[in-house]
Amino acid sequence: MPAISTTYNKEDIWKLLDEVTDPEIPVLTIVELGIARKVTIADEKVIIRITPTYSGCPAMKAIEDEIAKKLRLNGIVDFEIKKDFSETWTTDWMPDEAKQKLKEYGIAPPGKSNSNDDFLSNLKNSSRIIPCPYCDSTNTELQSEFGSTACKSLYYCHDCDEPFEHFKCH
Amino acid sequence: MQVLTLTKQQALFEYLIRLADDRLILGHRLSEWCGHGPILEEDIALSNIALDYIGHAASLYEYAAEIEGKDRHRDDIVYFRNDVEYKNLKITELPVGDYGFTIARQFLFSAYSYFLYEKLSAVDDEQLRGMIEKHLKEIKYHLRHSREWVLRLGDGTDESHERIQKAFDELWTYTGEFFYMDEVDELLSSEGLAADTKEFQSEWKKLITETLEEATLDAPNFNQFMATGGRKGLHTEHLGPLLAEMQHLRRSYPDANWE
Repeated sequence: MPAISTTYNKEDIWKLLDEVTDPEIPVLTIVELGIARKVTIADEKVIIRITPTYSGCPAMKAIEDEIAKKLRLNGIVDFEIKKDFSETWTTDWMPDEAKQKLKEYGIAPPGKSNSNDDFLSNLKNSSRIIPCPYCDSTNTELQSEFGSTACKSLYYCHDCDEPFEHFKCH
Repeated sequence: MQVLTLTKQQALFEYLIRLADDRLILGHRLSEWCGHGPILEEDIALSNIALDYIGHAASLYEYAAEIEGKDRHRDDIVYFRNDVEYKNLKITELPVGDYGFTIARQFLFSAYSYFLYEKLSAVDDEQLRGMIEKHLKEIKYHLRHSREWVLRLGDGTDESHERIQKAFDELWTYTGEFFYMDEVDELLSSEGLAADTKEFQSEWKKLITETLEEATLDAPNFNQFMATGGRKGLHTEHLGPLLAEMQHLRRSYPDANWE
């Protein structure tokens, strides 16, 4: 059993969090996804704030359990994981390296979100082009707004004839 | 006569419960499609939307419990209220119907939610605003999804056209409730904590009319009789059986825990 550690700082905690991968997208960590938001240490108690990606994301509980396991395995027992809704999660929090990793994994990464877009007029003539993560072709077609998880949609590439998922710009 | 005055706290609790009940009940209805969707992609889409609604409801109930300050857990609010205590709109509790009915209801409700949430994203309450902003992003997907299917079914085969037209004709009487306002809405909107539904009724109507026209469907009769009662706990006969199914396990084993 690991010794109970009492000497750790915020950087140590962030390092551990960056080893916790997302259960649905194991190629990214919860730090890269922007799910882990804030770490505070008060009187040796660690408080970690996490933000859910989508309201109905069923992976939230699994993520909390993974964080708890990681901390305990590293001798940190005095901690609390809090859900933070003060900021709305956006794919813009994902660094470029994380988007590159997604692409290499076969998921078309999200572009930059533009909150100034006029949603109602886009509703009628949506022309978002999502390049295929395998062959970079832009000859792709949206198959469904919802993929295997809420954060992804389904596309089909007419050049390499491969279906692929797109991490929605959110 | 005794005059009962509603406090701001009571009104906010009631308002949050109404918003949450709409989403929980419709989410539960939609979950009936899980494993029964007409095609795999739609099975996944409708189940995802159901999860979003239940997620929205969970955060709204949690905040309502906090406002109430009686140390109630959100699950107690869900599992231990009877039908007359539920304040959802009647349209959300109607049986799932065929796929055309489901899509027509999703479109009417998503369009209403979109305009309502656009207004609510300016409320004078940081915590509620945070939730609204998050839910709104997801509502936009719901609206895009259902609108595209309205076009596809309306402008599709004779059978799909006929079925979705029938669905809109049946559902229309339940849309008046979207714009129902009582003392709860009036007190809160004067405090900047709720939306005045009259402010977006014409925009909603415009989106519905334009979409139906594009889908080659007939616009419903705007002046027909409108059902009411959901916000006062007066429901159709369909809510009771839904609640019985949803609540029976928790009521039979009140201390059961997933952990």
